[in-house]
Amino acid sequence: MRELLELLEHDARRPVSELAALLHRSEYEVEKQIQELEKNKIIMGYNALINWEKYGDNTVTSIIEVNLMPQREVGFDAIAERIYRFDEVRTVYLMSGSFDLLVIIEGKSLQEVANFVATRLATIEGVTATRSHFMLKPYKKDGIIMDDKECDRRLVVSP
Amino acid sequence: MKWESRLSPVVNAIAPSGIRKFFDIAAEMEDVISLGVGEPDFVTPWTIRESCVYGLEQGYTSYTANRGLLELREEIVCLQQNRYDLSYNAKEDVLITVGVSEALDLAMRALLAPGDEVLIPEPCYVSYKACAALAGGVAVPVPARIENEFRITPTDLEAHITNRTKVLLIGYPNNPTGAVMSKDDLLAIAKFAEQHDLIVISDEIYGDLTYGGEEHVCFAALPGMKDRTILLNGFSKAYAMTGWRIGYALANPVFIAAMTKIHQYTMLCAPVTAQIAAIEALRHGEKYMKKMVAEYDRRRGFIYDGLTKLGLKCFEPRGAFYIFPDITSTGYTSSEFAENLLMSEHVALVPGSAFGDCGEGYVRCSYATSLDKIAEALARMENFLKNHHK
Repeated sequence: MRELLELLEHDARRPVSELAALLHRSEYEVEKQIQELEKNKIIMGYNALINWEKYGDNTVTSIIEVNLMPQREVGFDAIAERIYRFDEVRTVYLMSGSFDLLVIIEGKSLQEVANFVATRLATIEGVTATRSHFMLKPYKKDGIIMDDKECDRRLVVSP
Repeated sequence: MKWESRLSPVVNAIAPSGIRKFFDIAAEMEDVISLGVGEPDFVTPWTIRESCVYGLEQGYTSYTANRGLLELREEIVCLQQNRYDLSYNAKEDVLITVGVSEALDLAMRALLAPGDEVLIPEPCYVSYKACAALAGGVAVPVPARIENEFRITPTDLEAHITNRTKVLLIGYPNNPTGAVMSKDDLLAIAKFAEQHDLIVISDEIYGDLTYGGEEHVCFAALPGMKDRTILLNGFSKAYAMTGWRIGYALANPVFIAAMTKIHQYTMLCAPVTAQIAAIEALRHGEKYMKKMVAEYDRRRGFIYDGLTKLGLKCFEPRGAFYIFPDITSTGYTSSEFAENLLMSEHVALVPGSAFGDCGEGYVRCSYATSLDKIAEALARMENFLKNHHK
Protein backbone atom coordinates (compact mmCIF):
# COMPACT_ATOMS: atom_id res chain seq x y z
CA MET A 1 0.00 0.00 0.00
CA ARG A 2 2.73 2.41 1.03
CA GLU A 3 4.75 1.61 -2.06
CA LEU A 4 1.74 2.30 -4.27
CA LEU A 5 1.25 5.66 -2.57
CA GLU A 6 4.89 6.55 -3.01
CA LEU A 7 4.77 5.71 -6.69
CA LEU A 8 1.64 7.81 -7.20
CA GLU A 9 2.99 10.67 -5.15
CA HIS A 10 6.00 10.75 -7.40
CA ASP A 11 4.04 10.43 -10.64
CA ALA A 12 0.27 10.30 -10.51
CA ARG A 13 -0.03 9.78 -14.26
CA ARG A 14 1.49 6.32 -14.24
CA PRO A 15 -0.95 3.95 -15.90
CA VAL A 16 -2.40 1.17 -13.77
CA SER A 17 -0.73 -1.41 -16.00
CA GLU A 18 2.69 0.01 -15.19
CA LEU A 19 1.93 0.27 -11.48
CA ALA A 20 0.81 -3.34 -11.50
CA ALA A 21 4.03 -4.46 -13.18
CA LEU A 22 6.15 -2.49 -10.72
CA LEU A 23 4.32 -3.82 -7.70
CA HIS A 24 4.01 -7.39 -8.94
CA ARG A 25 0.24 -7.30 -8.58
CA SER A 26 -2.67 -7.58 -10.97
CA GLU A 27 -4.12 -4.47 -12.58
CA TYR A 28 -7.45 -5.30 -10.99
CA GLU A 29 -5.90 -5.35 -7.52
CA VAL A 30 -4.11 -2.06 -8.04
CA GLU A 31 -7.21 -0.41 -9.46
CA LYS A 32 -9.22 -1.59 -6.47
CA GLN A 33 -6.62 -0.30 -4.04
CA ILE A 34 -6.52 3.10 -5.66
CA GLN A 35 -10.30 3.35 -5.48
CA GLU A 36 -10.16 2.41 -1.83
CA LEU A 37 -7.49 5.00 -1.11
CA GLU A 38 -9.49 7.65 -2.92
CA LYS A 39 -12.65 6.71 -1.06
CA ASN A 40 -10.90 6.97 2.28
CA LYS A 41 -9.42 10.33 1.29
CA ILE A 42 -5.91 9.01 1.73
CA ILE A 43 -5.42 10.06 -1.85
CA MET A 44 -6.87 13.57 -1.74
CA GLY A 45 -6.49 14.48 -5.37
CA TYR A 46 -4.14 14.62 -8.33
CA ASN A 47 -2.49 17.89 -9.27
CA ALA A 48 -0.03 18.82 -11.94
CA LEU A 49 2.93 20.82 -10.67
CA ILE A 50 3.06 23.78 -13.00
CA ASN A 51 5.70 26.40 -13.40
CA TRP A 52 3.28 29.25 -14.11
CA GLU A 53 6.05 31.75 -14.28
CA LYS A 54 7.57 29.90 -17.19
CA TYR A 55 4.17 29.70 -18.86
CA GLY A 56 4.08 33.48 -18.70
CA ASP A 57 1.38 33.86 -16.11
CA ASN A 58 2.32 36.46 -13.54
CA THR A 59 0.46 35.06 -10.60
CA VAL A 60 1.24 36.71 -7.30
CA THR A 61 1.84 34.50 -4.30
CA SER A 62 1.73 35.89 -0.82
CA ILE A 63 2.73 34.12 2.36
CA ILE A 64 0.94 35.64 5.30
CA GLU A 65 1.64 35.21 8.96
CA VAL A 66 -1.60 35.56 10.88
CA ASN A 67 -2.01 36.05 14.61
CA LEU A 68 -5.26 34.92 16.16
CA MET A 69 -7.16 35.26 19.36
CA PRO A 70 -8.14 31.69 20.18
CA GLN A 71 -11.77 31.07 21.00
CA ARG A 72 -13.20 29.08 23.85
CA GLU A 73 -13.94 25.41 23.03
CA VAL A 74 -12.83 25.53 19.39
CA GLY A 75 -9.40 27.15 19.74
CA PHE A 76 -8.14 28.14 16.32
CA ASP A 77 -10.21 25.76 14.24
CA ALA A 78 -13.27 27.91 13.63
CA ILE A 79 -11.27 30.92 12.49
CA ALA A 80 -9.01 28.74 10.40
CA GLU A 81 -12.05 27.38 8.62
CA ARG A 82 -13.36 30.86 7.91
CA ILE A 83 -10.04 31.56 6.26
CA TYR A 84 -9.45 28.36 4.34
CA ARG A 85 -12.89 28.36 2.78
CA PHE A 86 -11.85 31.26 0.52
CA ASP A 87 -10.85 30.08 -2.95
CA GLU A 88 -7.96 32.53 -3.01
CA VAL A 89 -6.38 30.71 -0.08
CA ARG A 90 -4.18 27.87 -1.32
CA THR A 91 -2.67 26.64 1.93
CA VAL A 92 -3.29 27.09 5.64
CA TYR A 93 -1.09 25.67 8.39
CA LEU A 94 -1.44 26.05 12.14
CA MET A 95 2.04 26.91 13.38
CA SER A 96 4.05 26.92 16.55
CA GLY A 97 6.10 30.03 17.25
CA SER A 98 5.50 33.74 16.97
CA PHE A 99 2.39 33.54 14.80
CA ASP A 100 -0.51 31.12 14.58
CA LEU A 101 -1.52 30.55 10.98
CA LEU A 102 0.57 30.46 7.87
CA VAL A 103 -1.67 31.33 4.95
CA ILE A 104 -0.64 31.18 1.33
CA ILE A 105 -2.69 33.21 -1.08
CA GLU A 106 -2.56 33.41 -4.83
CA GLY A 107 -3.93 36.26 -6.84
CA LYS A 108 -3.67 37.82 -10.27
CA SER A 109 -1.99 40.99 -9.05
CA LEU A 110 -0.44 42.61 -6.04
CA GLN A 111 -3.52 44.76 -5.78
CA GLU A 112 -5.83 41.83 -5.70
CA VAL A 113 -3.88 40.06 -2.96
CA ALA A 114 -3.46 43.22 -0.88
CA ASN A 115 -7.14 43.89 -1.24
CA PHE A 116 -8.03 40.42 -0.13
CA VAL A 117 -5.86 40.68 2.96
CA ALA A 118 -7.12 44.10 3.92
CA THR A 119 -10.82 43.57 3.35
CA ARG A 120 -11.29 39.85 3.93
CA LEU A 121 -8.57 38.38 6.05
CA ALA A 122 -7.66 41.14 8.48
CA THR A 123 -11.26 41.94 9.24
CA ILE A 124 -12.21 38.48 10.44
CA GLU A 125 -13.05 38.55 14.10
CA GLY A 126 -10.27 36.94 16.08
CA VAL A 127 -7.52 37.92 13.61
CA THR A 128 -5.32 40.25 15.60
CA ALA A 129 -2.47 40.85 13.14
CA THR A 130 -1.25 39.93 9.67
CA ARG A 131 2.18 40.19 8.08
CA SER A 132 2.34 39.65 4.33
CA HIS A 133 5.39 38.48 2.42
CA PHE A 134 5.39 38.31 -1.34
CA MET A 135 7.09 35.40 -3.02
CA LEU A 136 9.69 36.55 -5.52
CA LYS A 137 10.96 33.33 -7.07
CA PRO A 138 10.22 29.68 -6.49
CA TYR A 139 13.33 27.50 -6.43
CA LYS A 140 11.77 24.25 -5.32
CA LYS A 141 8.17 23.23 -4.85
CA ASP A 142 6.87 20.03 -3.32
CA GLY A 143 10.19 18.29 -3.76
CA ILE A 144 10.65 19.37 -7.37
CA ILE A 145 13.45 21.75 -8.32
CA MET A 146 11.93 24.33 -10.70
CA ASP A 147 14.90 24.86 -12.96
CA ASP A 148 16.92 21.70 -12.56
CA LYS A 149 20.01 21.68 -14.68
CA GLU A 150 21.12 18.23 -13.66
CA CYS A 151 20.90 15.74 -16.48
CA ASP A 152 22.25 12.35 -17.46
CA ARG A 153 25.94 12.94 -18.04
CA ARG A 154 26.96 9.30 -18.23
CA LEU A 155 28.73 7.70 -21.15
CA VAL A 156 26.33 5.82 -23.40
CA VAL A 157 28.05 2.50 -22.82
CA SER A 158 30.35 1.58 -19.95
CA PRO A 159 31.53 -1.65 -18.31
CA MET B 1 56.80 2.80 -38.27
CA LYS B 2 55.78 -0.24 -36.38
CA TRP B 3 55.38 1.27 -32.96
CA GLU B 4 53.18 -1.66 -31.98
CA SER B 5 56.18 -3.91 -32.01
CA ARG B 6 57.81 -1.63 -29.46
CA LEU B 7 54.98 -2.10 -26.99
CA SER B 8 55.12 -4.55 -24.17
CA PRO B 9 54.06 -7.98 -25.42
CA VAL B 10 51.88 -8.34 -22.34
CA VAL B 11 49.92 -5.25 -23.32
CA ASN B 12 49.78 -6.30 -26.96
CA ALA B 13 48.34 -9.64 -25.95
CA ILE B 14 45.40 -8.07 -24.15
CA ALA B 15 42.31 -7.71 -26.30
CA PRO B 16 40.70 -4.27 -26.27
CA SER B 17 37.46 -4.12 -24.30
CA GLY B 18 34.50 -5.44 -26.29
CA ILE B 19 32.49 -2.50 -25.10
CA ARG B 20 34.52 0.14 -26.84
CA LYS B 21 33.16 -0.47 -30.32
CA PHE B 22 29.56 -0.01 -29.25
CA PHE B 23 30.39 3.08 -27.37
CA ASP B 24 31.85 4.68 -30.46
CA ILE B 25 28.79 3.93 -32.59
CA ALA B 26 26.23 4.75 -29.91
CA ALA B 27 27.89 8.02 -28.95
CA GLU B 28 27.21 9.33 -32.46
CA MET B 29 23.50 8.53 -32.41
CA GLU B 30 20.84 11.04 -31.52
CA ASP B 31 17.88 9.22 -30.00
CA VAL B 32 19.68 6.27 -28.58
CA ILE B 33 18.26 4.56 -25.52
CA SER B 34 21.03 2.95 -23.60
CA LEU B 35 20.74 -0.16 -21.51
CA GLY B 36 24.49 -0.36 -21.81
CA VAL B 37 25.52 1.81 -18.91
CA GLY B 38 27.33 0.17 -16.03
CA GLU B 39 26.66 2.86 -13.48
CA PRO B 40 23.70 4.29 -11.54
CA ASP B 41 21.48 6.82 -13.28
CA PHE B 42 21.19 8.73 -10.02
CA VAL B 43 23.43 11.64 -9.22
CA THR B 44 25.37 11.32 -5.94
CA PRO B 45 23.05 12.31 -3.05
CA TRP B 46 23.34 16.01 -2.30
CA THR B 47 24.50 15.59 1.29
CA ILE B 48 27.58 13.77 -0.03
CA ARG B 49 28.27 16.34 -2.73
CA GLU B 50 27.75 19.17 -0.25
CA SER B 51 30.24 17.72 2.22
CA CYS B 52 32.85 17.62 -0.53
CA VAL B 53 32.20 21.28 -1.38
CA TYR B 54 32.54 22.14 2.29
CA GLY B 55 35.79 20.21 2.48
CA LEU B 56 37.16 22.23 -0.43
CA GLU B 57 36.08 25.48 1.22
CA GLN B 58 37.91 24.41 4.36
CA GLY B 59 41.05 23.91 2.31
CA TYR B 60 41.25 20.12 2.18
CA THR B 61 43.37 19.96 -0.93
CA SER B 62 46.50 18.10 0.13
CA TYR B 63 47.71 14.51 -0.01
CA THR B 64 46.36 12.14 2.58
CA ALA B 65 48.15 9.21 4.22
CA ASN B 66 48.94 6.53 1.62
CA ARG B 67 46.35 4.28 3.15
CA GLY B 68 43.73 7.03 3.11
CA LEU B 69 42.16 9.27 5.75
CA LEU B 70 42.08 7.43 9.05
CA GLU B 71 38.58 8.76 9.67
CA LEU B 72 37.36 7.06 6.52
CA ARG B 73 39.16 3.83 7.35
CA GLU B 74 37.54 3.88 10.78
CA GLU B 75 34.09 4.35 9.26
CA ILE B 76 34.72 1.40 6.95
CA VAL B 77 35.89 -0.81 9.80
CA CYS B 78 32.83 0.21 11.80
CA LEU B 79 30.56 -0.71 8.87
CA GLN B 80 32.08 -4.19 8.55
CA GLN B 81 31.73 -4.72 12.28
CA ASN B 82 28.08 -3.67 12.36
CA ARG B 83 26.97 -5.40 9.22
CA TYR B 84 28.96 -8.61 9.13
CA ASP B 85 30.44 -8.86 12.63
CA LEU B 86 33.85 -8.67 10.98
CA SER B 87 36.71 -7.11 12.94
CA TYR B 88 39.36 -5.23 11.02
CA ASN B 89 42.00 -2.87 12.31
CA ALA B 90 41.66 0.61 10.78
CA LYS B 91 45.39 1.23 10.97
CA GLU B 92 46.68 -2.00 9.41
CA ASP B 93 43.94 -3.84 7.54
CA VAL B 94 42.45 -1.13 5.31
CA LEU B 95 43.63 0.58 2.16
CA ILE B 96 41.65 3.31 0.39
CA THR B 97 42.10 3.08 -3.36
CA VAL B 98 41.13 4.86 -6.54
CA GLY B 99 38.03 2.78 -7.13
CA VAL B 100 37.82 -0.96 -6.74
CA SER B 101 39.62 -1.15 -10.06
CA GLU B 102 42.84 0.03 -8.48
CA ALA B 103 42.34 -2.25 -5.48
CA LEU B 104 41.95 -5.21 -7.81
CA ASP B 105 45.08 -4.28 -9.73
CA LEU B 106 47.05 -3.89 -6.49
CA ALA B 107 45.84 -7.22 -5.15
CA MET B 108 46.89 -9.01 -8.33
CA ARG B 109 50.27 -7.34 -8.46
CA ALA B 110 50.91 -7.97 -4.78
CA LEU B 111 50.06 -11.67 -5.02
CA LEU B 112 51.03 -12.99 -8.42
CA ALA B 113 54.39 -14.30 -9.47
CA PRO B 114 54.88 -14.95 -13.18
CA GLY B 115 52.78 -17.92 -14.20
CA ASP B 116 50.61 -18.01 -11.10
CA GLU B 117 47.07 -18.89 -12.01
CA VAL B 118 43.90 -17.06 -11.06
CA LEU B 119 40.56 -18.82 -11.21
CA ILE B 120 37.98 -16.41 -12.57
CA PRO B 121 34.34 -17.47 -12.81
CA GLU B 122 32.80 -16.08 -15.98
CA PRO B 123 30.84 -14.16 -17.15
CA CYS B 124 32.53 -11.46 -15.10
CA TYR B 125 33.53 -7.84 -15.03
CA VAL B 126 35.66 -6.94 -18.03
CA SER B 127 38.84 -6.06 -16.19
CA TYR B 128 39.40 -9.24 -14.17
CA LYS B 129 41.28 -11.15 -16.83
CA ALA B 130 43.29 -8.18 -18.01
CA CYS B 131 44.35 -7.32 -14.44
CA ALA B 132 45.63 -10.84 -13.88
CA ALA B 133 47.56 -10.80 -17.14
CA LEU B 134 49.05 -7.35 -16.52
CA ALA B 135 50.28 -8.57 -13.16
CA GLY B 136 52.10 -11.42 -14.87
CA GLY B 137 49.59 -14.05 -13.86
CA VAL B 138 47.48 -16.39 -15.92
CA ALA B 139 43.73 -15.93 -15.92
CA VAL B 140 41.87 -19.23 -15.90
CA PRO B 141 38.20 -18.69 -16.78
CA VAL B 142 35.66 -20.97 -15.16
CA PRO B 143 32.30 -20.85 -16.93
CA ALA B 144 29.16 -20.42 -14.85
CA ARG B 145 25.93 -21.64 -16.39
CA ILE B 146 22.45 -20.21 -16.54
CA GLU B 147 21.09 -23.62 -15.43
CA ASN B 148 22.81 -22.98 -12.11
CA GLU B 149 21.65 -19.35 -12.04
CA PHE B 150 25.16 -18.26 -12.96
CA ARG B 151 26.52 -19.41 -9.62
CA ILE B 152 29.80 -21.23 -9.35
CA THR B 153 30.38 -24.53 -7.55
CA PRO B 154 33.49 -26.33 -6.26
CA THR B 155 32.92 -28.91 -8.98
CA ASP B 156 33.16 -26.19 -11.65
CA LEU B 157 36.35 -24.88 -10.07
CA GLU B 158 37.90 -28.29 -9.41
CA ALA B 159 38.16 -28.96 -13.13
CA HIS B 160 40.49 -26.00 -13.58
CA ILE B 161 42.77 -26.29 -10.61
CA THR B 162 46.49 -26.95 -11.14
CA ASN B 163 49.52 -26.79 -8.91
CA ARG B 164 49.99 -23.17 -10.06
CA THR B 165 46.55 -22.02 -8.92
CA LYS B 166 47.04 -19.35 -6.31
CA VAL B 167 44.05 -17.05 -6.34
CA LEU B 168 40.30 -17.32 -6.73
CA LEU B 169 38.65 -14.08 -7.85
CA ILE B 170 34.91 -13.87 -7.32
CA GLY B 171 32.51 -11.03 -7.89
CA TYR B 172 29.01 -11.43 -6.45
CA PRO B 173 26.47 -9.91 -6.84
CA ASN B 174 27.65 -10.33 -10.38
CA ASN B 175 28.14 -7.94 -13.24
CA PRO B 176 26.84 -8.87 -15.90
CA THR B 177 24.47 -11.66 -14.81
CA GLY B 178 22.89 -10.31 -11.61
CA ALA B 179 23.66 -13.62 -9.92
CA VAL B 180 24.23 -13.81 -6.18
CA MET B 181 25.70 -16.61 -4.09
CA SER B 182 23.79 -17.88 -1.08
CA LYS B 183 25.53 -18.56 2.20
CA ASP B 184 25.60 -22.30 1.43
CA ASP B 185 27.04 -21.68 -2.03
CA LEU B 186 29.80 -19.61 -0.51
CA LEU B 187 30.48 -22.03 2.33
CA ALA B 188 31.19 -24.67 -0.29
CA ILE B 189 33.57 -22.28 -2.04
CA ALA B 190 35.22 -21.48 1.28
CA LYS B 191 35.83 -25.15 1.93
CA PHE B 192 37.29 -25.49 -1.54
CA ALA B 193 39.58 -22.49 -0.99
CA GLU B 194 40.80 -24.01 2.23
CA GLN B 195 41.43 -27.42 0.68
CA HIS B 196 43.54 -25.91 -2.08
CA ASP B 197 45.01 -23.16 0.07
CA LEU B 198 43.78 -20.43 -2.27
CA ILE B 199 43.76 -16.72 -1.61
CA VAL B 200 40.31 -15.36 -2.39
CA ILE B 201 39.78 -11.90 -3.82
CA SER B 202 36.13 -11.06 -3.32
CA ASP B 203 34.85 -8.05 -5.25
CA GLU B 204 31.67 -7.06 -3.42
CA ILE B 205 31.07 -3.69 -5.02
CA TYR B 206 27.41 -4.62 -5.63
CA GLY B 207 26.98 -6.02 -2.12
CA ASP B 208 24.42 -3.41 -1.11
CA LEU B 209 22.36 -4.08 -4.21
CA THR B 210 20.49 -7.31 -3.54
CA TYR B 211 16.79 -7.89 -3.98
CA GLY B 212 13.87 -10.00 -2.93
CA GLY B 213 14.92 -10.20 0.72
CA GLU B 214 18.23 -11.76 -0.30
CA GLU B 215 20.86 -10.59 2.20
CA HIS B 216 24.33 -10.22 0.83
CA VAL B 217 26.80 -12.65 2.36
CA CYS B 218 30.28 -11.26 2.81
CA PHE B 219 32.87 -13.86 1.90
CA ALA B 220 35.39 -12.68 4.50
CA ALA B 221 32.78 -13.16 7.22
CA LEU B 222 32.57 -16.92 6.64
CA PRO B 223 34.31 -19.06 9.26
CA GLY B 224 38.05 -19.13 8.72
CA MET B 225 37.96 -16.98 5.59
CA LYS B 226 38.90 -13.54 6.86
CA ASP B 227 42.62 -14.20 6.81
CA ARG B 228 42.80 -15.61 3.29
CA THR B 229 40.41 -13.08 1.74
CA ILE B 230 41.08 -9.73 0.17
CA LEU B 231 37.73 -8.04 0.41
CA LEU B 232 37.14 -5.30 -2.14
CA ASN B 233 34.36 -2.77 -2.00
CA GLY B 234 33.67 0.87 -2.72
CA PHE B 235 31.15 3.63 -3.06
CA SER B 236 30.49 3.76 -6.79
CA LYS B 237 27.41 1.62 -7.13
CA ALA B 238 25.60 1.83 -3.81
CA TYR B 239 26.02 5.58 -3.38
CA ALA B 240 26.00 6.51 -7.06
CA MET B 241 29.59 7.76 -6.82
CA THR B 242 31.28 6.20 -9.85
CA GLY B 243 33.12 9.33 -10.93
CA TRP B 244 34.56 9.97 -7.48
CA ARG B 245 36.78 6.91 -7.81
CA ILE B 246 36.86 5.65 -4.24
CA GLY B 247 37.21 2.01 -3.32
CA TYR B 248 38.88 0.06 -0.58
CA ALA B 249 40.56 -3.23 0.25
CA LEU B 250 40.33 -5.08 3.55
CA ALA B 251 42.70 -7.92 4.29
CA ASN B 252 45.34 -9.19 6.66
CA PRO B 253 48.13 -6.69 7.47
CA VAL B 254 50.67 -8.48 5.28
CA PHE B 255 48.54 -8.25 2.14
CA ILE B 256 47.55 -4.66 2.87
CA ALA B 257 51.16 -3.64 3.50
CA ALA B 258 52.20 -5.19 0.18
CA MET B 259 49.36 -3.48 -1.69
CA THR B 260 50.16 -0.20 0.04
CA LYS B 261 53.74 -0.47 -1.15
CA ILE B 262 52.61 -0.50 -4.78
CA HIS B 263 49.94 2.11 -4.15
CA GLN B 264 52.36 4.55 -2.53
CA TYR B 265 54.68 4.47 -5.54
CA THR B 266 52.05 4.47 -8.26
CA MET B 267 49.10 6.40 -6.86
CA LEU B 268 50.31 7.94 -3.60
CA CYS B 269 46.77 8.32 -2.31
CA ALA B 270 43.17 8.54 -3.40
CA PRO B 271 41.86 12.10 -3.95
CA VAL B 272 41.18 13.82 -0.64
CA THR B 273 37.96 15.49 -1.80
CA ALA B 274 36.46 12.15 -2.73
CA GLN B 275 37.59 10.60 0.55
CA ILE B 276 35.78 13.33 2.46
CA ALA B 277 32.66 12.65 0.43
CA ALA B 278 32.99 8.93 1.16
CA ILE B 279 33.01 9.62 4.91
CA GLU B 280 29.74 11.48 4.53
CA ALA B 281 28.32 8.60 2.47
CA LEU B 282 28.99 6.16 5.28
CA ARG B 283 27.77 8.49 7.99
CA HIS B 284 24.59 9.80 6.43
CA GLY B 285 24.11 8.18 3.07
CA GLU B 286 22.33 4.97 3.94
CA LYS B 287 18.76 6.20 3.62
CA TYR B 288 19.45 7.61 0.16
CA MET B 289 21.12 4.36 -0.83
CA LYS B 290 18.12 2.34 0.33
CA LYS B 291 15.82 4.52 -1.74
CA MET B 292 17.91 3.92 -4.84
CA VAL B 293 18.00 0.18 -4.19
CA ALA B 294 14.19 0.12 -3.87
CA GLU B 295 13.95 1.87 -7.22
CA TYR B 296 16.33 -0.60 -8.89
CA ASP B 297 14.26 -3.41 -7.47
CA ARG B 298 11.06 -2.11 -9.08
CA ARG B 299 12.80 -1.73 -12.41
CA ARG B 300 14.25 -5.20 -12.06
CA GLY B 301 10.80 -6.76 -11.91
CA PHE B 302 9.64 -4.58 -14.76
CA ILE B 303 12.46 -5.41 -17.15
CA TYR B 304 12.43 -9.09 -16.23
CA ASP B 305 8.71 -9.33 -17.03
CA GLY B 306 9.23 -7.33 -20.20
CA LEU B 307 12.09 -9.42 -21.58
CA THR B 308 10.38 -12.67 -20.64
CA LYS B 309 7.25 -11.55 -22.49
CA LEU B 310 9.39 -10.89 -25.54
CA GLY B 311 10.27 -14.57 -25.45
CA LEU B 312 13.86 -14.15 -24.30
CA LYS B 313 14.96 -16.64 -21.70
CA CYS B 314 16.19 -14.82 -18.62
CA PHE B 315 17.56 -15.61 -15.24
CA GLU B 316 15.76 -13.31 -12.80
CA PRO B 317 18.60 -11.25 -11.37
CA ARG B 318 18.99 -11.07 -7.59
CA GLY B 319 21.64 -8.40 -7.33
CA ALA B 320 23.49 -5.54 -9.05
CA PHE B 321 21.47 -3.77 -11.76
CA TYR B 322 21.89 -5.99 -14.77
CA ILE B 323 19.84 -8.63 -16.50
CA PHE B 324 21.42 -11.10 -18.89
CA PRO B 325 18.90 -12.48 -21.39
CA ASP B 326 19.67 -15.42 -23.67
CA ILE B 327 19.36 -14.27 -27.29
CA THR B 328 20.34 -17.49 -29.05
CA SER B 329 16.72 -17.98 -30.21
CA THR B 330 17.27 -15.08 -32.62
CA GLY B 331 20.06 -16.91 -34.42
CA TYR B 332 22.44 -14.01 -33.91
CA THR B 333 25.68 -14.04 -32.01
CA SER B 334 25.62 -11.61 -29.10
CA SER B 335 27.77 -9.17 -31.01
CA GLU B 336 25.55 -9.30 -34.09
CA PHE B 337 22.45 -8.91 -31.94
CA ALA B 338 23.85 -5.85 -30.16
CA GLU B 339 25.04 -4.27 -33.36
CA ASN B 340 21.84 -4.85 -35.32
CA LEU B 341 19.68 -3.68 -32.46
CA LEU B 342 21.73 -0.52 -32.16
CA MET B 343 21.62 0.17 -35.88
CA SER B 344 17.95 -0.51 -36.49
CA GLU B 345 16.29 0.46 -33.21
CA HIS B 346 18.91 2.64 -31.56
CA VAL B 347 18.96 0.63 -28.38
CA ALA B 348 22.42 0.14 -26.91
CA LEU B 349 23.34 -2.84 -24.81
CA VAL B 350 26.48 -4.86 -24.32
CA PRO B 351 27.13 -8.23 -25.96
CA GLY B 352 27.65 -10.98 -23.41
CA SER B 353 30.89 -12.02 -25.08
CA ALA B 354 32.51 -8.90 -23.63
CA PHE B 355 32.30 -10.62 -20.25
CA GLY B 356 33.99 -13.86 -21.23
CA ASP B 357 33.60 -16.59 -23.84
CA CYS B 358 30.73 -18.21 -21.99
CA GLY B 359 28.83 -14.92 -22.20
CA GLU B 360 28.33 -15.61 -25.90
CA GLY B 361 24.63 -15.99 -26.66
CA TYR B 362 23.64 -13.42 -24.07
CA VAL B 363 23.44 -9.65 -23.87
CA ARG B 364 23.74 -7.45 -20.82
CA CYS B 365 20.95 -4.97 -20.19
CA SER B 366 21.42 -2.46 -17.40
CA TYR B 367 18.30 -1.32 -15.61
CA ALA B 368 20.07 1.63 -14.05
CA THR B 369 17.91 3.83 -16.20
CA SER B 370 14.47 5.41 -15.82
CA LEU B 371 11.35 3.30 -16.19
CA ASP B 372 10.15 5.31 -19.18
CA LYS B 373 13.36 4.54 -20.97
CA ILE B 374 13.23 0.86 -20.06
CA ALA B 375 9.66 0.71 -21.35
CA GLU B 376 10.67 2.42 -24.60
CA ALA B 377 13.68 0.13 -24.99
CA LEU B 378 11.47 -2.92 -24.51
CA ALA B 379 9.04 -1.63 -27.14
CA ARG B 380 11.88 -1.12 -29.59
CA MET B 381 13.28 -4.55 -28.84
CA GLU B 382 9.88 -6.07 -29.50
CA ASN B 383 9.85 -4.38 -32.85
CA PHE B 384 13.36 -5.59 -33.54
CA LEU B 385 12.56 -9.19 -32.67
CA LYS B 386 9.55 -9.15 -35.01
CA ASN B 387 11.57 -7.99 -37.96
CA HIS B 388 14.94 -9.57 -37.41
CA HIS B 389 15.82 -13.20 -37.48
CA LYS B 390 18.81 -14.84 -38.86
